[in-house]
Amino acid sequence: MSVRVFVPRDTTALSLGADAVATGLEREAERRGLELTVVRNGSRGLAWLEPLVEVETPAGRVAYGPVTPADVPSLLDEGLLEGRDGHALAQGPTESIPYLARQQRLTFARIGVTDPLSVDDYKAHDGFRGLEAALALEPQDIVEEVKASGLRGRGGAAFPTGIKWQTVLDTPADQKYIVCNADEGDSGTFADRLIMECDPYVLIEGMAIAGLAVNATQGYIYLRSEYPLAKEILDDAIARAEAAGYLGDDLQGSGRAFHLEVRLGAGAYICGEETSLLESLEGKRGLVRFKPPLPAIEGLFGRPTVVNNVLSLAAVPFILAEGAQAYANHGMGRSRGTLALQLAGNVQRGGLVELAFGTTLRTLMEEFGGGTASGRPLRAVQVGGPLCAYLPENQWDMPLDYETFAEVGAGVGHGGVVMFDDSVDMAEQARFSMEFCKVESCGKCTPCRIGSTRGVEVIDRIRANENRDANLELLGELCETMEDGSLCAMGGMTPFPVQSALKYFPDDFQRAPEGDRS
Amino acid sequence: MNDSREWTPQAVQAEIDALKHKPGALLPILHALQDRFDHVPEGAVPIIAESLGLTRAEVHGVISFYHHFRTSPPGRHVVQVCRAEACQARGARTLEAHAKATLGVGYHQTTADREITLEAVYCLGNCACGPSVRVDDQILGRVTPESFDALVDELRTQPLEVLG
Ligand SMILES: Cc1cc2nc3c(=O)[nH]c(=O)nc-3n(C[C@H](O)[C@H](O)[C@H](O)COP(=O)(O)O)c2cc1C
Ligand code: SF4
Ligand code: FES
Repeated sequence: MSVRVFVPRDTTALSLGADAVATGLEREAERRGLELTVVRNGSRGLAWLEPLVEVETPAGRVAYGPVTPADVPSLLDEGLLEGRDGHALAQGPTESIPYLARQQRLTFARIGVTDPLSVDDYKAHDGFRGLEAALALEPQDIVEEVKASGLRGRGGAAFPTGIKWQTVLDTPADQKYIVCNADEGDSGTFADRLIMECDPYVLIEGMAIAGLAVNATQGYIYLRSEYPLAKEILDDAIARAEAAGYLGDDLQGSGRAFHLEVRLGAGAYICGEETSLLESLEGKRGLVRFKPPLPAIEGLFGRPTVVNNVLSLAAVPFILAEGAQAYANHGMGRSRGTLALQLAGNVQRGGLVELAFGTTLRTLMEEFGGGTASGRPLRAVQVGGPLCAYLPENQWDMPLDYETFAEVGAGVGHGGVVMFDDSVDMAEQARFSMEFCKVESCGKCTPCRIGSTRGVEVIDRIRANENRDANLELLGELCETMEDGSLCAMGGMTPFPVQSALKYFPDDFQRAPEGDRS
Repeated sequence: MNDSREWTPQAVQAEIDALKHKPGALLPILHALQDRFDHVPEGAVPIIAESLGLTRAEVHGVISFYHHFRTSPPGRHVVQVCRAEACQARGARTLEAHAKATLGVGYHQTTADREITLEAVYCLGNCACGPSVRVDDQILGRVTPESFDALVDELRTQPLEVLG
């Protein structure tokens, strides 16, 4: 009998040579007359072990990683096909790897387990049960369920998803839309990508449920062009879901329609902002719109539109299948359910960690992450993306919860955790924040468009020790102007990383200029 | 059938006609043109404007707003180096400087042999395994200056594709 061996094909596994490992396994097995079938699964999200090869045994799946093509012969010699222990890369039963065993996977329960494109695999792992439940409900009942779950938008602003859906349901129109924000522009985040590449049907199912909830028959996934593999997988998954009657004119014989299409962005961070995204979908420059009107009332092509992040939509099938309470039972305070944390940057064991709200950064970075990859002391952490603060050590013990973080001027954002060791120069990081805003500003308002350019110049003067005190004061005022005067969070939040660097790491702004050192 | 990367007004029109019925068709059309010709030719602008009922200035405005679209052909390969925070924390600044120095070009420039165009990118979603580089549609993780040099060698020695 042919043994099934799993070799992931998500971007990270591929970026570390998974294709060569897959061919290596097939060739070496043929040479030895062994029977094995390679299944290209998604990733388990344990990026530090990629490519993570798994073998199916009577006792369950057993893992080896990180595997390079050169390891293949010795792995086969030492009993990979029987799932034997002993090889240096042996990790034991996959689900018992502490990094994975200690997570609370609701939204990501299937990633890495299934073949991402197999509808049968998806159904065998509880897929489409949420949609089937939704097809038996009235739109208002679906919205109630999402409200009761306490789900808040995972894209950054944490707005209650059920309330947003209610507005769209209540606004009469000839056409409504579901738009999935898959622009995932924040550095340090890759959870949206993992969903799209490793479990695309959960997003498709979530969007179809959203369509049923608000009476929208058309959905768009606005995907960043930096994710070519996600595009390929989503297009394929949509075609297969249509063929299986989970998308199209008649969802599972219900007479209800929902159509879905992927649209590619074109390399603009600001198109993650929802109104800018809508402009882009309409074929225009991605300039931010004034609000009101809210997109829920006048969104895409002027029609009521749900705009939700990938993770918000992907949480919905669980909520409908298991009930709102099952989701709401996780979390703390007003932050219900689970949070997809992404450990990135200078980290020993980077990857995806799904946990109920309430863990601390320290637990995450030390117990899951294992500290820095360089082995040097950890110095600063940026949580929530390029528009959020850098946190020093005395803030690593706060529970991850929207309200707790907001109280200290930090953000949870999309759950990205980017770690830096003590070689980081925080003045350089502050400069980069301004430079990023300068490159990515949509240009509609002056504080952001001009302010970011001036910000780079002022920080350069500080770093060159020109009138340092006066320039530090000027930088403070500039930050205030950007914060108060910008139309959207791009200009309004760029000061956060800059101010946090100034506040918590002041020494880095007092160094002698490059040439004078040593 | 002609798969040539040389653009002609007829080929541009064909790409437009295949997509112009879509709501918000401009971005899909620009993508299709760039996928086919490796850039959006200047000469395509009036044809797009005419077909979609837009002004040339509007079409130009859209092309120039997005980092992804280019108006002149790139080298045979496009190499994008991630400049964002998570990669910075793993040495991306050194890698960037190395890439520019060894290729002898800055961002948005092409090597003299027209083999490689260097671009900056802000995150490839591979942030747990940086520094990251994208070569055409392939993403590479944990790139070091040495592995970057090996990559460039490999790109430059690939046999020429035979166009049919
Ligand atoms: C500059 C900027 C960039 C943003 N980028 C993203 C993004 O990449 N993905 C995302 O889902 N939301 C992003 N947002 C938040 C969206 O505007 C919006 O709040 C979100 O898509 C709503 O979905 P949710 O309620 O499910 O979170 C961004 C906001 C701003 C101001
Ligand atoms: S703050 Fe910046 S990105 Fe936002 S609207 Fe103003 S110019 Fe555009
Ligand atoms: S920051 Fe470089 S891949 Fe995300």
